[in-house]
Amino acid sequence: VIKLTRDAIDFTALAGCVRRSHCGAVVVFLGTVRDLTGEQVTTALDYEAYPAMAENKMAEIEAETRGRWPVGDLVMVHRLGRLEVGEISVGVAVSCPHRAQAFEACRHAIDRLKELVPIWKKENWADGQSEWVHPNAQPGTRTETPPS
Amino acid sequence: MTHAVRILLFARFRDTFGAEAVEMALPERATVKQIREQMALLKPGLAALLSRSIIAVNGEPAGDEVAVDREDEIALLPPVSGG
Repeated sequence: VIKLTRDAIDFTALAGCVRRSHCGAVVVFLGTVRDLTGEQVTTALDYEAYPAMAENKMAEIEAETRGRWPVGDLVMVHRLGRLEVGEISVGVAVSCPHRAQAFEACRHAIDRLKELVPIWKKENWADGQSEWVHPNAQPGTRTETPPS
Repeated sequence: MTHAVRILLFARFRDTFGAEAVEMALPERATVKQIREQMALLKPGLAALLSRSIIAVNGEPAGDEVAVDREDEIALLPPVSGG
């Protein structure tokens, strides 16, 4: 299940909706808006997507993840629009029979999302400046970025 | 013979152009490479970002050699930063 939304992400519902009787593990990843990047203070992030392609790529990632791990269910939700510090920008929930599978599957899904899905964030700094974040590598080839 | 092609813009491109899309006149069966060249002429200041960006045709990343038709949906995708 994949979704782009302008509403707050309900992480309790996210975790709950992937629970399955044959799955002994649910792993949830939440990306939240961080207040500091280096020494720069963030007041808010704006997220923008190319919606049709973003949803297709998220669906591909879901299929890829289901193909590699025995996923009971998987949900990926990404928020769009303006988010304040502390708000949830992305949520991934995965259930599997065992915890190692669930951790790996969830890690894979969020890593691929950050690498492939056409969504962008704009940093709005405390000094009034703002800038779009365009990492200095081609999408699809960049290495792991620090956790968000 | 040329025809107008619409390129969808996002993030820094959208802000710089002040528009969600830009139109350019291209020959029939123009390639992604020609789109890149025209984009670079429109906003020389964005050349570096352009070189790091993907052009998607109908929702899939397309190489420079890919030819586009007027019905195709073309989008300029700078490096992504979701999550």
